[in-house]
Amino acid sequence: MSLLQLLDVHIGYGGIKAVKGIQLNVDEGELVTLIGANGAGKTTTLKAISGLLKPNAGDILYQGQSIVGVVPHQIAQKGLALVPEGRGVFPGLTIEENLAMGAYCRNDKAGIASDMEIAYQRFPRLKERAKQTAGTLSGGEQQMLAISRALMSRPRLLLLDEPSMGLSPIMVQKIFAVVREVAASGVTILLIEQNAKLALQVSHRAYVMDGGVISFEGDSRSLLTDPRVREAYLGEAA
Amino acid sequence: MDIFLQQLVNGLTLGCVYAVVALGYTMVYGIIQLINFAHGEVVMIGAMVAMSVILGLAGSGVPPLAIVLIAVLAAIPACMAVGYLVERVAYRPLRSAPRLAPLITAIGVSMILQHLALLIWGRNYIPFPQMVKTQTFALSNSETAATITNVQIAIMLLSIAMMAGLITLVYRTRIGIAMRAVSQRPDVAGLMGVSSNSVISFTFVVGAGLGAIAGVMIGSYYGIAHYQMGFLLGLKAFCAAVLGGIGNLGGAVLGGILIGLIEAFGAGYMGDLTNVCTLNKFLPGFAGLCGANSNMAVFGSSYKDVFAFIVLILVLVFRPQGLLGERVSDRA
Repeated sequence: MSLLQLLDVHIGYGGIKAVKGIQLNVDEGELVTLIGANGAGKTTTLKAISGLLKPNAGDILYQGQSIVGVVPHQIAQKGLALVPEGRGVFPGLTIEENLAMGAYCRNDKAGIASDMEIAYQRFPRLKERAKQTAGTLSGGEQQMLAISRALMSRPRLLLLDEPSMGLSPIMVQKIFAVVREVAASGVTILLIEQNAKLALQVSHRAYVMDGGVISFEGDSRSLLTDPRVREAYLGEAA
Repeated sequence: MDIFLQQLVNGLTLGCVYAVVALGYTMVYGIIQLINFAHGEVVMIGAMVAMSVILGLAGSGVPPLAIVLIAVLAAIPACMAVGYLVERVAYRPLRSAPRLAPLITAIGVSMILQHLALLIWGRNYIPFPQMVKTQTFALSNSETAATITNVQIAIMLLSIAMMAGLITLVYRTRIGIAMRAVSQRPDVAGLMGVSSNSVISFTFVVGAGLGAIAGVMIGSYYGIAHYQMGFLLGLKAFCAAVLGGIGNLGGAVLGGILIGLIEAFGAGYMGDLTNVCTLNKFLPGFAGLCGANSNMAVFGSSYKDVFAFIVLILVLVFRPQGLLGERVSDRA
């Protein structure tokens, strides 16, 4: 069953059309990736889904209902969590407070406490620094925190915007292992990545975006071997 | 020595009131980077509402202490309503406007509130009814001993309790964490399901509630209420917030107390320091004035209001971020 559907979505800002009519579908339980070069319109698409931008035309359906024009905090309350580009941790809040913010919409104290413990087990580094402000963390640690914070809301749909950006290869491996683990636990994920190879390896299905439109879509495994994709996005000769 | 001790007591009392008012400025600044110049008027409205309630109930047989309590309990929601409405009507529509627009609006709101108060309560100084008999305690056995009154003690204790309460609210509760999150990254706070508009409204309401109590305190301390009483008080509290580092709660408390002390000591010693005979010892040209009247001073204690603004200028020149203000480290 389809959890998220984008129907002929157009988004522009300041006279520039960044997204020109895309169709996208994410089924319940899937890990879908949206890859493409810088400026292809990936982040713009994600911002529109989470309510930070309003599409000029088209519709976005979440659980079968339109969420166009719904404000971000209400979209978040529906179980949709975005890990924004650049991580967006609250620099002046402690790790613990950042995680508590992730659970802002929840009231079950015991559940929040046990989810926080799960986050700390997943990233022991965060537990060591629980009382430190997030601004003192390294980029990789901030990414761990941003993902953990999003998971604190127990989302139905997790949107990840370039989680590998600016991280060391070891940290990227670690983050992607967690993405896979979270997907395996049943959370539906839409992953945006520039690291196309990695994204195709972890995902079930993929959309390739180019100049504001979807240029390819399909099974991730078959896209990995598709000569056109290999040439354009994986840096390999066909 | 007694003057010193006396001015210390007076300065701390006044400083506590400034600190509570400064918290209102700094909270709002912290969350939307707006200097809410109408905050002083909220304090004035608190004093005025309390005064009206006391006058209305005086002689009705209700015990005096209960009357004061009822007055405070009436002033708090009245000020909260004003704070909420001001934000909703005047500032929210300008949320995405350039920063100068809400600032000028704040000055306009300040004037509107002053003149509404003028229409309701008139332009005269109104004696603030003293329901609790002032009791004076000497701090030593000497005849010129410094004194402290029960009103001063009550003001200090109440202020400390409010500051502690506010700091607990901001640092220990869910809504407090949300307030700080909205102040740092309003967009991201929205992604966590936080409605920044509600959090901003809440901030205004809490600040106005503190302002209401400050108004009652300053009214009972000076024994007078006037429709312009909030203006200078508000500006001094703003200076206090800047001195401490605007946006910083601890800074507002520190700045408020320091401004109170500076003002009290300034008022206490200004006359002595600028006495014509004292100046004659260091500067030429005062001999004649000293001979004519040895008690004459160039500046008297009536210049006390100037100190807060001298401090403001010095802070802006030498430490614009304030005493406790610092940039939050934020790695990309």
